[in-house]
Amino acid sequence: MDPVSRKTITVDVNGEGFEREVDARRLLIHFIRDDLDLTGSHIGCDTGNCGACSVLVDGVLVKSCMMLAIQADGARIETVEGLAQDGELNALQQSFSDHHALQCGYCTPGMLMSATALLRQNGSPSDEEIRRGIQGNICRCTGYVNIVEAIRAASE
Amino acid sequence: MTETIVTPERPLVVEEGDVKPGFIGQSVPRKEDKRLVQGEGVFFDDMKRHEMGFVHFVRSPYAHARIGSVDVSKALELDGVYGTLTGDEVAILTDPFFELSTPPGAHIKDYALAVGRVRHVGDPVAAVVARTRELARDAAELVEVDYEPLPLVLDGEEALKDKVVLHEDAGSNTVWSGVFDWGDFDAALAEADHVVRIDRLHFDRFSSTPLECAGCLVEYNRGTGQWTIHGNHQMPGVGAIWMAPALRVGIDKLRFVSQDIGGGFGNKITLHPQFTVCCLLARKLNRPVQWTEWRTDQHTANTHGNERTFLDVTVPVKADGTMLGFSVRAIDDCGAFPRYEPLGCIIWAQVTPGCYRWRSMRVDFTQVCTNKSPVAPNRGYSRMQHLWLTERIVDIVAGELGLDPIEVRKRNYVKHEEFPYETPNGCIYDSGDYARCLDIALELIGYDSLEERRRDAEARGKLFGIGIGSTLDSGTNNFGQSMILNPELQFSGNNEVATVKLDIFGEVVVTLGTVPQGQGHETTTAQVVAEILGCTPDDVNVRAGHDSYWNSTAGFSGTYASQFAVTGLGAVKGATEKLAGEMKQLAAAVFGCSPDDIELAESHARIKGNPEAALPFMALGAILNANNAGLPPELDITLNVRHVYRPPFEKPDLERKYGNLTLTYATQIHACALEVDPDTGVYEIVDYAAVDDCGKRIHPQIVEGQVHGATAQALGAATHEIFTYDEEGNLLTPNFYDYHVPHALDMPPMKNGYIESESPFTALGAKGMGEGGGAGIHAVCAALQNALGRRGEGPIVWRSCNPYQSVWELMQNPGETRKLVSVESR
Ligand code: FES
Ligand code: FES
Repeated sequence: MDPVSRKTITVDVNGEGFEREVDARRLLIHFIRDDLDLTGSHIGCDTGNCGACSVLVDGVLVKSCMMLAIQADGARIETVEGLAQDGELNALQQSFSDHHALQCGYCTPGMLMSATALLRQNGSPSDEEIRRGIQGNICRCTGYVNIVEAIRAASE
Repeated sequence: MTETIVTPERPLVVEEGDVKPGFIGQSVPRKEDKRLVQGEGVFFDDMKRHEMGFVHFVRSPYAHARIGSVDVSKALELDGVYGTLTGDEVAILTDPFFELSTPPGAHIKDYALAVGRVRHVGDPVAAVVARTRELARDAAELVEVDYEPLPLVLDGEEALKDKVVLHEDAGSNTVWSGVFDWGDFDAALAEADHVVRIDRLHFDRFSSTPLECAGCLVEYNRGTGQWTIHGNHQMPGVGAIWMAPALRVGIDKLRFVSQDIGGGFGNKITLHPQFTVCCLLARKLNRPVQWTEWRTDQHTANTHGNERTFLDVTVPVKADGTMLGFSVRAIDDCGAFPRYEPLGCIIWAQVTPGCYRWRSMRVDFTQVCTNKSPVAPNRGYSRMQHLWLTERIVDIVAGELGLDPIEVRKRNYVKHEEFPYETPNGCIYDSGDYARCLDIALELIGYDSLEERRRDAEARGKLFGIGIGSTLDSGTNNFGQSMILNPELQFSGNNEVATVKLDIFGEVVVTLGTVPQGQGHETTTAQVVAEILGCTPDDVNVRAGHDSYWNSTAGFSGTYASQFAVTGLGAVKGATEKLAGEMKQLAAAVFGCSPDDIELAESHARIKGNPEAALPFMALGAILNANNAGLPPELDITLNVRHVYRPPFEKPDLERKYGNLTLTYATQIHACALEVDPDTGVYEIVDYAAVDDCGKRIHPQIVEGQVHGATAQALGAATHEIFTYDEEGNLLTPNFYDYHVPHALDMPPMKNGYIESESPFTALGAKGMGEGGGAGIHAVCAALQNALGRRGEGPIVWRSCNPYQSVWELMQNPGETRKLVSVESR
């Protein structure tokens, strides 16, 4: 019997339902970016180190390059596109802007999702906890100084 | 001079001087942020085209091999594969890219794909295009390449012997060599009380590794023969100069477009080979093609920073610690292809004496090819390596002669009252106060209590060290320096363009020639425009990104070499002033008064002293663009103006290798305190201060952000980031798993300070400042040196990258590296 190489999956992304047939080997990040055209989540590596692709899957922070799309079948996915409501930045997004926590902005969607996961678990993290919370996200522009400040300010 | 100190505990306090009203100098909200924090930026990889194909490169597994045959037939059989391109086709369809160097480097033949021979692991041999990324990758594995491995050479000094030659056409691995001799080094030697000799220092390979890899989406228009390249080339003007002749087309056939770019740092300046492949494929297959570099490919085969070995460093020193200069033999390893690199043979000369008053320098410089990844400008390009040398000299000399590194620096720094200061090779340091920056750094780091902290660390069994790193970020370069390299090159001066128009509904629209990658150009541009036109930054619409089909590009357009605040904003200022003049003329024609009677304020053109007589910008835009009957025929305005900023440069004196090579010199003085575990070599930075002086700060928050980021890159390069190879030429750190860049927990607490020594040479008093982070490498090396040994004992920190393991090794056998240094006292 041939192995199943394609499968139809159903996901909820930022409150919207999608049904798509995908290659079994399709990475979740490529599914989100290329198939659903939600290009806010980025790709910065091939090894699961950079966190640019971070999203929440059923509330859990996940590097979406480390997961197959078919593994997300039936899941509720949150991406950076779902943070702002009606064009209004949420507190974390606003804080990133206020504190100049982004330069090129390439790591930013992943950072925001990691920070979102952190703040849901811990409403008032210490600096050390913030750094731990974004330890899986690489930023090559900011040296993290302002990112940590932005997250701290958003938590206050 | 406004002087301000910022620390994390004490945000932005202006201590003296007035804050000028207006937008320049204010940290206004960044215009770019709103889209970027919502994931609504547009990076090249976000774009899609109907029926586009994905490109995957077939890359060499050998560091050096002859290519027997390349067979793509199996790949082409795979369903969903659209086509391929091989080196043989490239050799027919294109000419080699032009070489910057004089011979031997001039004879190197560099094509977009390997032709006949591969010269480093990852050298692209063929390219495959398929319906999906995954298929393209599968198909690439089906391409069969016959390789005949050749002996290889990985070490720069070894390569100079030419036992293995990479480029047969050049006949030698040497790309370029030259001797630079300024002042009178022999007289300096004769005058010295001590001569300190350092046999060897080595600046390691690393790269800033932008988080977004390289890539492009290329469309070919068969009807016009024109390519549109949506890609993240950060210097498309130069990319086009390389690509158009190779593709045998006029330069206007290449349209470069980018909106958002995920960091560049120089690593995206030499993308012309890959982009040329994509152009050929788009034309051959008559469909849009998309290439996204894999991280592993970026590390193995895109660009690294220059690796440089310094030999026979000789330093004449007076008894009081005054240094007179130095001589050195430098070997610069540019990897398999020089591309932009010959310029690195000259660019260090912008900062020949570093921050110091040294008057006699002799530098014997050679650039050489090896079987490693090509190198390219990397943040701090070529100056960082050289400044690291000057800082190592200062600390090693101080250590050997028992002098205080702080006092020696102050004694040898160019003094505040000496600016503008002419270096022995004719560069003009515009302004600065190095000693004061050092004092601020020392204050921030709590220098007074260091002995106490040393004792405390020692009580805990740790070795304590403090080190200083001083650098100059030379910005706005004079491309005339390329003629020192090769007098045949027809490049000199510099330029940048902006256009500013008032549109029909009164909207102010600006286009730039620059190619931003996170530096906030939209924001700082809006600040300058708003200040001149009397509106707010919100009223100014700066088009995002770059498009070479806008009328706002010139030969040197791009974002590189620390210059936007000077060239980019110089162009913006010039264009906006022209527009303001035209708006006043128009208002004067309407009101029947003289343009001198008109002022621009609150988004209106109004008669001075009579605010009732005011035309809103919207009226001005509408009158000229759509309601112009009855305007006086002699009113010669367009409300759509272009300005090319051209810095005041002369061609250098090629004989003496002498002349002003850069317009501005920003200063960075960093101080680092660290503790080393003597049993393991593990060290921790316990205190860190970075002081920056980039003249007038247009947007302080953006400046601080650049300082933070550059410092983080330097600390990464000093401690972990290194590209090392095994003896087969395989890169051992080909991804972020093995190549450890700083994560949030790796960063020490950082204190920042600044002064503003305005540049007398620039329109806004500002200086470029994005590349100054190298000071972090120097400071960490100095601090390690300080921690590991006192006078005449302890190892010599002789490499730029010192991972824990290396520090441990240094401590195991201090005699090994001590042999590198000798002192002759008279
Ligand atoms: S792209 Fe997922 S961790 Fe880097
Ligand atoms: S802002 Fe550029 S990588 Fe983080």
